[in-house]
Amino acid sequence: MALLRVSSPHLTRPGNTGGVMMLVILATLPGLAMLTWFFGWGNLINVAWAGLVAIVCESLVLLLRKRPLAFYLTDYSALLTAVLLGISLPPLAPWWLTLVATAFAIIVAKHLYGGMGQNPFNPAMIGYALVLIAFPVEMTSWLAPQSLAMTESQTPGFMETLTTIFPFIGGESFDAVTMATPLDAFKHKGGLTAEEFWSTELAVSSQSWRAWQMASLGFLLGGVYLIYRKIFTWHIPVSMLAAMAAISVIFWATDPSSYASPELHLLGGATMLGAFFIATDPVTAATSLKGKLYYGAGIGILVYLIRNWGNYPDAVAFAVLLMNFVAPLIDHYTQPRTYGHKSTK
Amino acid sequence: MSRQLFDFHGGIHPPENKTQSTQTAIEPCFIPGKLVLPLQQHIGQQSKPLVLPGDRVLKGQMIAASDGYVSAALHAPTSGTVTAITAHALPHPSGLTETCMIIDPDGKDEWGERHAIADYRQADKEILLQQIRDAGITGLGGAGFPTAVKLNPSEDLRIDTLILNAAECEPYITADDMLMRERANEVVAGLQIIAHILQAEQCLIGIEDNKPEAIKALQDVLDAEQQEIPVRVVRIPTKYPSGGEKQLIQILTGKEVPNGGIPADIGIVCQNVGTAVAVYRAVDHGEPLISRITTLTGEALDRQGNIEVLLGTPIKELLSHFEVDPAQLHRLVMGGPMMGFTLTDTDLPVVKATNCILAATRKELPDPAPEQACIRCGMCAEACPASLLPQQLYWFSKSREFDKALSHNLLDCIECGACSYVCPSNIPLVQYYRFAKGEIRHEEHERTASDHARQRFEARQARLEQEEAEKEAKRKARAEAAATAKKAKQTTKDDSAEVDPKAAVIQAALERAQARKAQKAAQTDKPSTDETKSAAMSAVERAKAKKAQQADAKEGAEKPVLSAVERAKARQAAQNQAAQKENNSNAASDGLSALERAKAKRSLNNETASPDEKADKPLSALERAKAKRAQQVATDDSPEAPESVEAEPQATTSTGLSALERAKAKRAAAESDAASGTEAGDQAQPSTGLSALERAKAKRAQAAEQAANQDEPDDKDSAQQKAPGTSVLERAKAKRAAQQGEPSEAAEKPMTALERAKAKRAQQASEQAEAASEEAQQATDEEKGD
Repeated sequence: MALLRVSSPHLTRPGNTGGVMMLVILATLPGLAMLTWFFGWGNLINVAWAGLVAIVCESLVLLLRKRPLAFYLTDYSALLTAVLLGISLPPLAPWWLTLVATAFAIIVAKHLYGGMGQNPFNPAMIGYALVLIAFPVEMTSWLAPQSLAMTESQTPGFMETLTTIFPFIGGESFDAVTMATPLDAFKHKGGLTAEEFWSTELAVSSQSWRAWQMASLGFLLGGVYLIYRKIFTWHIPVSMLAAMAAISVIFWATDPSSYASPELHLLGGATMLGAFFIATDPVTAATSLKGKLYYGAGIGILVYLIRNWGNYPDAVAFAVLLMNFVAPLIDHYTQPRTYGHKSTK
Repeated sequence: MSRQLFDFHGGIHPPENKTQSTQTAIEPCFIPGKLVLPLQQHIGQQSKPLVLPGDRVLKGQMIAASDGYVSAALHAPTSGTVTAITAHALPHPSGLTETCMIIDPDGKDEWGERHAIADYRQADKEILLQQIRDAGITGLGGAGFPTAVKLNPSEDLRIDTLILNAAECEPYITADDMLMRERANEVVAGLQIIAHILQAEQCLIGIEDNKPEAIKALQDVLDAEQQEIPVRVVRIPTKYPSGGEKQLIQILTGKEVPNGGIPADIGIVCQNVGTAVAVYRAVDHGEPLISRITTLTGEALDRQGNIEVLLGTPIKELLSHFEVDPAQLHRLVMGGPMMGFTLTDTDLPVVKATNCILAATRKELPDPAPEQACIRCGMCAEACPASLLPQQLYWFSKSREFDKALSHNLLDCIECGACSYVCPSNIPLVQYYRFAKGEIRHEEHERTASDHARQRFEARQARLEQEEAEKEAKRKARAEAAATAKKAKQTTKDDSAEVDPKAAVIQAALERAQARKAQKAAQTDKPSTDETKSAAMSAVERAKAKKAQQADAKEGAEKPVLSAVERAKARQAAQNQAAQKENNSNAASDGLSALERAKAKRSLNNETASPDEKADKPLSALERAKAKRAQQVATDDSPEAPESVEAEPQATTSTGLSALERAKAKRAAAESDAASGTEAGDQAQPSTGLSALERAKAKRAQAAEQAANQDEPDDKDSAQQKAPGTSVLERAKAKRAAQQGEPSEAAEKPMTALERAKAKRAQQASEQAEAASEEAQQATDEEKGD
């Protein structure tokens, strides 16, 4: 009778990292469904294409690093990165844009830093920031929203989307009607006051605004589910959203004709996606609970600052990356007080 | 029951798995075929055996006494015979082996004497504590700390609250639960005794709300009878590890045990349910701790339940008693699944701290999943009951940054396993912490050890320095005395033979006179060997040397004579050394007069002038010839070789000594060295007579040897020369010492001046040798110290 000799504890909660990642991927579905509903197949195709690129890149690097493929691929972390990128990139982003962003995210931002768990920066956001800076034109054109339910569709169909993204497939390319996101439009409203801006149907259709609201609510739903499943704590999303709401309320209250409403900030861009799926990436975030509050609040404030006074209409990627820098420092100063100790020293 | 509760940080809710072992009543004791009783079942000193192999022991008889304050006694669990006191494997995570007492039960289960305390309320606290101590009671919750020590906190600590730890938060374990259900009255009685000893104001029984039967049983007892010290059953939420002492205190009182302190520091003492019953049995019935309630559980067992088991019962017998299926048994855990440790041997005994034996199948406790990368999810930090950052501790432990781990309070980790339990990457976090703690302990131990070594070394160094300084002072005094003596000599130039303890000049004069006498004696004694009595070496001598050289050559060894160049070098060396000696030595060094040096030179010149042509190893045939002759002389001179050997070198120091004499002396010295080269004392003796010439020659000989050893390791001659060669340095030192040294008191005995001089020099030489050996010792110490 060969008895096992192992160290305690002998019980562990069932589950593994792959399970956590898969749950997060699943939680993006409501938001992704909304995006698909309003903007067509583009994001879905992006997600699939990015996923493929991510798995290939991950496998290649793992082979180079002489690591077992199956063991590491089944943690689904590369897939999650790809999903987040596919959601973030414009629906009709050309195939090479997704390829560059995903490959850079996996190979450089993740594996060159040591792979899973070792990367100081959020890989998806690194990839996103790279293509945003390198290919601003492709990155800032977003499809005009149109419900798939509408018959006279301005939104391309599946095949049309596919051939637009992969032009070498052949077939008819769709001449998409692109338009700015609400945040982008607001930022470039020129001399108009906020009231004037909203009254002009030209800038942002109510349809577009509604589409973004719905997508944001979708991500909010997924995020709340993840908190319920204890995949992450409420600290980062809540502090980020609260900080953003607070700062936007302050400015909006003082000058409502110049500053966007809190509603636009919270639901108009990538705020919800960022708060629940990007900022909560545990590898790159602060770890202590108190630290998470600071970390989330920092992201919220940075997003607002960059949106208002930076060059880019949205700023989640930059804000998250900037706070990634600060996370170790935050951790250092937010050690919890250990049982029996007077202070955190 | 409506008491305000507090929560502790973190905690987990693993599957409880308790019901399978609470279906049947506690089974009574059975007497196993053999009892193995480790002398170390507790924290503290190992117990001292009181019986010998072959002794018959009665049930409850003390078989090992506590050794020191923090220790515990041991009793025979049943009557029988002690068969051995021997090393046996212990139930311990490390599988270590310790002294155990083996008892063969006789099956009679015959009690020895029992001394109960009739009314504990009337008894002195000391008597009660002694009773508990003599009963060998230790904490039965797991740690095994001697209870009598815990119940005797320092006088200045006021204990207001006694907490009975009835949480039993670990999955699977139900020993305390069943004990409370069945013997609630004994639990409460024991609690009262403990509270009485501590003079506590209140008792709190902290019990998880998953034990309703036990809660009811306790409450019934409390309701039935008014207790002297108020007892309150406090139902706490089920959460692991609420049964941790610190956590339970926090839940019940909201207080935290200060870092590095004990609960008594905040007026609290915690006791386990089983311990309370043991105290009751000891005080009220005079029964020592010889059995305990243990949970036998796990799917590899056909029956699961609790049993009152005799301490020392082999687990093998216990498992078969519960009908184990060996084929199914995959992991055998002593203790619970969260903090217990695996056993790989079923021959181990049940000890005082054995609250559970978990015989698990592979399905029940699957093999650990492969460790994945940490994703810093922070679930561990949320689960940690000590509010640590397990993730950071993990990184620090893994990268061996132990100082950082310490600054993150690694040592506050109670190893409850909650972090490992929740980790989605299946990282065995606790194992990393155990590793780091072990390494830190090890480093600390080494640091302490090296600190001690350094302190010892420094103390020794200081002592040696002091001794050295004292010696130096003495030396200086001596040197001054010698200088005065020299001055006196210069002024008086009187060859007084009188014994004057202070004047070195007299000593020198004596020596010179003696030397002269010796010279005369030598000249008269050895006319056959020394054909020429001139100061220079005679031609005959050289001729003989040549002959000897030829003879050597015939012997097969090619030993051409030292080349002129080498000799020149030797001379230079001799001069150098002479000069150096003058520099180094104090006034006494002037004992070697310029005349002497001149003579030495002359003798060297003679050698140089000798018609030697064939180059060879630095040792010339001439030298060997001389040495040979000297040996003959020595034997001729007196039958006592050492005596003559000594006498001749002595003579060479005298100023009037001829070069020939010195050469002879040298040869004699070489001879004696060859004869007994390894002994330091012998080396010192001939060295006294060494002139600069001698040293030069010796040097040459040494060089020759080295060359010879390289060229012809088999060469006998060179081998013979080895000993004196190696001692050259020694001799030179000895000589210098001799020169530096003040002339000692001339002896009053009929000893000749020469003898006295000899004795003195030998003494100084030996002193020097001592100093040298001390130096060597010191060097060795330093090496060791490093």
